[in-house]
Amino acid sequence: MAVSTRPRQALVLATTLALALSAAACSGDSGDGDSTAGSSPECAAFDKYSGSDGTTVSIYSSIRDAEADLLEESWKSFEDCTGITIEYEGSGEFEAQLPVKVDGGNAPDIAFVPQPGLLKRFADAGKLKEASADTKAMAEANYPKEWLDYATVGGKFYGAPFGSNVKSFVWYSPKLFAEKGWKVPTTWDEMTALSDTIAAAGIKPWCAGIESGDATGWPATDWIEDVMLRDAGADVYDQWVNHTIPFNDPKVASAVDRVGKILKDPKYVNGGFGDVKSIATTSFQEGGTPILENKCTMYRMASFYANQWPEGTKVAEDGDVFAFYLPAVDPAKGKPVLGGGEFTVAFADRPEVQKVQTYLASGEAANTRAKLGNWVSANNKLEIANVGNPIDKLAVEILQDKSAVFRFDGSDLMPAAVGAGTFWKGMVDWINGKSTTEVLNQIENSWPK
Amino acid sequence: MEFQDFAPKLTMLLYGVIAFVVVVGGLLLLLDVVPNFFARRREAALIAAAEAPADGAAPGAPPRRGLRRKREGLLGLAFMIPALLLLLIGLVIPAIRTIILSLFNGNGEKFVGLRNYGWIFQENDIIRVLINTLAWVILVPLLATSVGLLYAVMIDRARFESVAKSLIFLPMAISFVGAGIIWKFVYAYRGEGDQIGLLNWLWVTVGGTPQQWLLDPPLNTLLLIVVMVWIQAGFSMVILSAAIKAIPADIVEAARLDGVTPWQMFWRVTLPSIRPSLIVVVVTITIATLKVFDIVRTMTNGNYDTNVVALEMYNQAFRYQENGQGSALAVFLFILVIPIVIFQIRNLRRQREV
Repeated sequence: MAVSTRPRQALVLATTLALALSAAACSGDSGDGDSTAGSSPECAAFDKYSGSDGTTVSIYSSIRDAEADLLEESWKSFEDCTGITIEYEGSGEFEAQLPVKVDGGNAPDIAFVPQPGLLKRFADAGKLKEASADTKAMAEANYPKEWLDYATVGGKFYGAPFGSNVKSFVWYSPKLFAEKGWKVPTTWDEMTALSDTIAAAGIKPWCAGIESGDATGWPATDWIEDVMLRDAGADVYDQWVNHTIPFNDPKVASAVDRVGKILKDPKYVNGGFGDVKSIATTSFQEGGTPILENKCTMYRMASFYANQWPEGTKVAEDGDVFAFYLPAVDPAKGKPVLGGGEFTVAFADRPEVQKVQTYLASGEAANTRAKLGNWVSANNKLEIANVGNPIDKLAVEILQDKSAVFRFDGSDLMPAAVGAGTFWKGMVDWINGKSTTEVLNQIENSWPK
Repeated sequence: MEFQDFAPKLTMLLYGVIAFVVVVGGLLLLLDVVPNFFARRREAALIAAAEAPADGAAPGAPPRRGLRRKREGLLGLAFMIPALLLLLIGLVIPAIRTIILSLFNGNGEKFVGLRNYGWIFQENDIIRVLINTLAWVILVPLLATSVGLLYAVMIDRARFESVAKSLIFLPMAISFVGAGIIWKFVYAYRGEGDQIGLLNWLWVTVGGTPQQWLLDPPLNTLLLIVVMVWIQAGFSMVILSAAIKAIPADIVEAARLDGVTPWQMFWRVTLPSIRPSLIVVVVTITIATLKVFDIVRTMTNGNYDTNVVALEMYNQAFRYQENGQGSALAVFLFILVIPIVIFQIRNLRRQREV
């Protein structure tokens, strides 16, 4: 992490000074600020957020390291122009730590919550503050309605989405495909036929890996969700996620079995790593890398996998690796897209907190962050020209595609006991040899009553 | 990298070291000076009291002594208050809160009675957790203690005793998480090519095909237990070795004169003599084993049927937001430890009576 601390110290010093000066200058309401910072032309865009000079807003999220640096860089001009200091903290234990912080009376001002299920829990408990009218208007102008619904609990809107990702991708090697004359499949049947062709050529067509430390199993739940959307349709998907149909419903079982036809077929997996069971112990980061050695050819993984390729790998339509859209089972039913993203919810309703929340929902914030690279958002003000790598461009295109039927990652919508617990664990057992029925019954039993 | 880039960090380090020395040194000084001060005052008071009867004020003595005892009691209390306060905040209140939480539902809003306790014994997954924990609690103390004992007896008065001892004691210095990671490498698996895992390398060398050691129950739980035994054997060896050395030489000599075989020596002399230490070792390891968490979390994260109570408790309470069920598991764990603690206390009492 190359961020030096000195400029930040200077900033703190400057804001403290500014605070002291402004306090000395006008003892009354600082109101419609001709605030010290907001006057220069490059700050014009931030005029509407002015008037909270010298305040501090804390943000807590699961985004860490290099990505966190980019995030902090992206709101630097906002900080400089408005005089609001954003104190950012990223944590690898975000999901476990946030409830502890909130229940302990130590909540951050704003949290980026990537699980609508967790968001709902805080909203139900009355811990979250309803988003301000400004934030709501900004979010409604910039984000599709499906996205806003995930942040609406009991008719109250709690915060706009920010970063997003598209999960319905299959990574492959354009080089190898061109060399062998294989075509990118556009329907599920074509994909199955292609898998058979590849297997007949002596290559394991699929690679897979679901090990992810604490969260082992999630890549398999994404598989199931993607196929649920394709197999049963968005309505049934919603029923499944909201538990209006049981987890062991025959429709779920048939989706799981469809995934099983790929992941549990020893002829198809697990290229570069071993047998079917090796999926359970292969980390999702390593999972797709055998594509580069032609040991496997296809890897279903989200857009953010672009960051996992070794240095020097060309991610492009004519490069070493690229991704295609995981085809629909029945294209007539539309183009289902599975994705995820984080929502910027607030635990405080001080004016400066609302200003930051509104700013994060704006097209300005999305474009500034996207320009720094490796970032995607469902924000429809995001200009594709500002998105750096080709896979992110493809993701943004899909997110902004009006014909796409978007659904949020189901395990993030379910109660944590299932979505971050038995569903993950069940998938590991399933890969490890347990039957579909047994696993689904077990998950159904664990749904919180 | 220029040295300048490091300079601020090094200065920080220097500050850290200085702060450490000042704080720790100050504390040590305080702990040394304060009791000394009181000891000297008491000494002075005692001397004064000894000289006092010379003044002929005999009737005045008892109330003064009473006063002194009272003052000493107050002083004792003053010293105990911080510890009691910390115990209250850090142990008693959380324990009570956990018991209360265990009677409520996931978010702590609805009273559900003993449902969470019923849940422990209904879910197949949780029953599996209980069985695994039982396996840990039976096998680890047994294996760790016997390995430690065997080692202690074998190296007793051997030529390179201290070297041999430090070798087996070394794992004690490694954290459970560190040990978990080390052993994860030992069990590592590669489908093809060179095996990076020690165990698979050995296995392939003797002609086997590479195995996913941590994938199939019950073998995986046994392999995790090996890690705990590896850590705890050193502890048991050190304590038992000290106990063996403390056996009075005349007893050993008398036994020798009676012409015992080494076998008889071990069962009839050594073992009964070190019985109290043996119990301490077994009890300590048992309690540590009941709490095992880090090893399982680092190595399998409780997947593949290797989960144990302490890890499931953490998962339920903090990851799944099911505080009620998590608390119930915590209370259950607490109940499991109670008999062991009572046994230990009774044991200590009996020893004191002897």
